[in-house]
Amino acid sequence: MAQVMMKDLNKKYDEVHAVKDVNLHIRDKEFMVLVGPSGCGKSTTLRMVAGLEEITSGEISIGDRVVNDLPPKDRDIAMVFQNYALYPHMTVYDNMAFGLKMRKFPKVEIQKRVQDAAEILGIQELLKRKPRQLSGGQRQRVAVGRAIVRHPQVFLFDEPLSNLDAKLRVQMRVELKRLHERLETTAIYVTHDQVEAMTLGDRVVVMKDGWIQQVGEPLELYGRPANKFVAGFIGSPSMNFVDVKVADANGALWAETQGIRVKVPPIHTSRLVPYKGQQVTMGVRPEDLHPASGSDPREYCFDAVVDVVEPLGSEILLDLRVGNNTIVARVEPTNRVKVHESTRLALTPDRAHFFDLKTELAI
Amino acid sequence: MVIERKWKTWVYFYIPLTVFVVGTLFPFYWMLITAIRPDAELYRSWRAATNTPFWTLQPTLEHFRDLMAKTTFPHWLWNTLFIAVVSTAISLFCGLLAGYALARLRFPMAGTLGTSIFVTYLVPPTLLFIPLANIIRTFQVGDTPWALILTYPTFLIPFCTWLLMGYFKTIPKELEECARIDGATRFGAMVRIIFPIAVPGILSAGIFAFTLSWNEFIYALVFLSSPEKKTVPVGVVSELIRGDIYFWGQLMAGALLGSIPVALVYSFFVEYYVTGLTGSVKG
Repeated sequence: MAQVMMKDLNKKYDEVHAVKDVNLHIRDKEFMVLVGPSGCGKSTTLRMVAGLEEITSGEISIGDRVVNDLPPKDRDIAMVFQNYALYPHMTVYDNMAFGLKMRKFPKVEIQKRVQDAAEILGIQELLKRKPRQLSGGQRQRVAVGRAIVRHPQVFLFDEPLSNLDAKLRVQMRVELKRLHERLETTAIYVTHDQVEAMTLGDRVVVMKDGWIQQVGEPLELYGRPANKFVAGFIGSPSMNFVDVKVADANGALWAETQGIRVKVPPIHTSRLVPYKGQQVTMGVRPEDLHPASGSDPREYCFDAVVDVVEPLGSEILLDLRVGNNTIVARVEPTNRVKVHESTRLALTPDRAHFFDLKTELAI
Repeated sequence: MVIERKWKTWVYFYIPLTVFVVGTLFPFYWMLITAIRPDAELYRSWRAATNTPFWTLQPTLEHFRDLMAKTTFPHWLWNTLFIAVVSTAISLFCGLLAGYALARLRFPMAGTLGTSIFVTYLVPPTLLFIPLANIIRTFQVGDTPWALILTYPTFLIPFCTWLLMGYFKTIPKELEECARIDGATRFGAMVRIIFPIAVPGILSAGIFAFTLSWNEFIYALVFLSSPEKKTVPVGVVSELIRGDIYFWGQLMAGALLGSIPVALVYSFFVEYYVTGLTGSVKG
């Protein structure tokens, strides 16, 4: 069990600056997820922790040891790869035992640990098989098993579920979460899938272009995104962004653009005062828009024309046009709106977000 | 599967295949039939009424007996085997390490080095034997097996390196990374994980190197001169053609015996060989 510290971590390849000034404190027993689009530096960061990439500058420590110059085998970590990386010429048992054999564990201990891990993962019957005789989900279990038999200080996961089909991915996600609660080992998990990040992480790091954008608990990222990128990345369908002008009228601030004129919610008023007369980006999540009813205050309502209706069973997604903007609303499955019809929408006032047009930071 | 008309299968498949198989195997058949044909039949006129060019009525092992007793053929066989095995071993060892380094390690000039190794493979032996002869003389290993054991790797190592480099590149590098996290050093991961997986590639490189050195002619012809030190391909043509007399029976018997080991090696490892050249590893 150990904490992981990264201080001013940088990685430069010849021309590319892949990881920029990353500072991160992963607490003991924490499940930390690094998420971001491809090329954002999340995998490189993980590989530096593993010792598979040289560190250009900065410092990584695991527990109370600085590991910068330690080879991977001496860092007391275990890693699960996207393509499973099972040794094809060894049986499942030998795959799982390999790390222990390399560390010269007594045979009895190896046997016990492999059996225990196999039991936890439900793969006892597969121990004598070769990897090529296994399905994708089984291979993934073996790869996880190979990591847990070692009882390492830190687990590293590099997009472990990306090669599985959608249904299996959901199932394995739950299993990984259960496993983490059982083993209570620090884990760093890299993914490009924000749903995985939200469901698995105790905390989530959102990265882009090598920079950390925001670190926080999943609901914190969802509720209070630090900038426009995080706001758009977390949540599906992603947040609607509309560029609006802040106008002062009738003793209140209004957000105006073609087809929309809504009052700036009271919680934002004081912060938006400096932007009076300027453009800002307003963000509203699809789930914070609903068909207006009589009880909704008129100053939070606007009209939109339905472009596309996507019934998903449990909900309906409406693609709508407002002036020059396209927005998405998530509404109840009982809604009977039709294409090309005009409909009146209301937004939940305290769930609106505002971002600076230039810096894209949350206001 | 698409069902085609029968005549099409015949025209496009069976007939060409038959022609090809017959064309390929006929020289071997000719070799065999000549090797067991008695001299009386061999030197009979083509127009003789009793001439039977494609079979023989009195098969004999006389030529094989003569080959073993009257020439130094057993020596040639042993020389060829010894030289082929040792030079293959040297080339495989160097090719494994070089191929691994070029496929996996990041170092300056890696690409240039890889290409230049390949270019050396393209230099024809007919050009190279002149400078090599000079080197052989300087090291005073002329007319010994070492003349060939040391020169064959000049074309075998580039070949093995390239074949193995290509094979190593098909092996996912995560396997190695995983092994290194699991507790192996880079060298340990290479030996315990990569080499066992690369067995098909290593085998096909080995077979190729073995047959190339087994059949090699020009260096063997130039660097060896004593009859008992020659290899099979050189010995057969230089010792069994005396003046303008061709000892056809012994020649063919020698050629037949000389090709058997290669044929055996191929047939044992043919499956590995195919996967080795097409390269397929799944994690």
